[in-house]
Amino acid sequence: MQGTAQLILERARELMQSGQIQRVLGWEKGEFEHDPTPAFFESEEELQNFCYNDYCGANLSKYLIAASKLEGKTLVCIKPCDSYSLNQLITEHRVNREKVFVLAVPCPGMLDPVKTEGKDLSQGERKDYLLDKCLCCKGAEHKIADETIEGPSLDLAPEDRFAQVRELEALSPQERFDFWRGELSRCIRCNACRNVCPACSCVKCVFDNPNSGVSSKASADDFEENMFHIIRAFHVAGRCTDCGECSRVCPQRIPLHLLNRKFIADIDELYGEYQAGEEAEQRSPLVNYQTTDKEPSDALKGRG
Amino acid sequence: MQVRQDWKPKIVAFCCNWCSYAGADLAGSSRRSYPADVKIIRVPCSCRVNPLFILRAFQRGADGVIICGCHPGDCHYTSGNYYARRRMTLLFKMLEYLGIEKGRTRVEWVSAAEGAKFSSVMNDFVQTVTALGENVKLEDLRCKEPLN
Repeated sequence: MQGTAQLILERARELMQSGQIQRVLGWEKGEFEHDPTPAFFESEEELQNFCYNDYCGANLSKYLIAASKLEGKTLVCIKPCDSYSLNQLITEHRVNREKVFVLAVPCPGMLDPVKTEGKDLSQGERKDYLLDKCLCCKGAEHKIADETIEGPSLDLAPEDRFAQVRELEALSPQERFDFWRGELSRCIRCNACRNVCPACSCVKCVFDNPNSGVSSKASADDFEENMFHIIRAFHVAGRCTDCGECSRVCPQRIPLHLLNRKFIADIDELYGEYQAGEEAEQRSPLVNYQTTDKEPSDALKGRG
Repeated sequence: MQVRQDWKPKIVAFCCNWCSYAGADLAGSSRRSYPADVKIIRVPCSCRVNPLFILRAFQRGADGVIICGCHPGDCHYTSGNYYARRRMTLLFKMLEYLGIEKGRTRVEWVSAAEGAKFSSVMNDFVQTVTALGENVKLEDLRCKEPLN
């Protein structure tokens, strides 16, 4: 990891000196090893605080929306899974491709500070400490890159990402209801999932509109907890790249990715395999249709 | 649990202006009856129905929500109901995933000439929802009438 960070820094410095880029979007050293924060670096001096270590799980692509509005080019460090989000944002015209210099960085799988807390990392396998999203890794290939830094990648057979969704589907409706009540009732409506989500990029969010009746406030009732998460998942359906950031940032550890994966599983099943962000300029399944699509009543038939 | 006396379901029907709303009219003028529990909300097209509308209807005390639009291919705006079909399929599957009874939501295509179909669809839907009972999984207690 040290070596990779050094390579990134060298390249960033070169590009900055040559004037090709104005700033670098990367991770800044935190107080501890496990808390690097996404940050912009405007000068070589500031770059001294740059870091790329085992805890740089944060997806930087959403920050490019703001960076697109600044003058000059921004160099961004993009891991393979982040490249899907970036592609999706470019497709939606939220990020200006010309303002971005994509430095594709290798990712050996990122660690979860909650899982590593108080543990000796030399004990046990790396797999035990990985972020949940890394267990379903999408592979080491970048879907978008201007330049690639070579380095170690994650050597792990990815788990089936729909396994948990299917397990839930196999339960009875009452069991499913109880499961989700148990999970969603922990929600404190901090909006971290919305704020971090690269697909949630509306300038004005429905949850910020005081006239919508659903604006941000602590949920007062079971209904509001359900509604917030159903609507949020629905709004990103077909555009969610399954980057897993929502579950990573949730302070209550709610498995929000299971909602998004349900939509992805349904879309795959009903409207054909689709991976958002796989390539730029794809048409999302929810802004598309076939005259032969299944009727809602048929799609729901035969299920508990 | 205390059961409300003489409970009757509240049904919200989103009807597209061009087909189903006219279909409801025809049902009326041809003296086909449908239950008074159905409250019709006119929308310009079935694809105007935002998933929030459906959740808000449940919040405000609906026990079932039905969306009626033109038959696929007959949309006044060419393709609105095709989009609605995809959206509603996904939304209903999500509600089912969260453990909400799937009988509470439905999409039906009713044309302006199908007054008889409109009334039979509504009768059938009200029957289904009545059998399911009161909506408790997606209710907002603050919007409920107090039990007497």
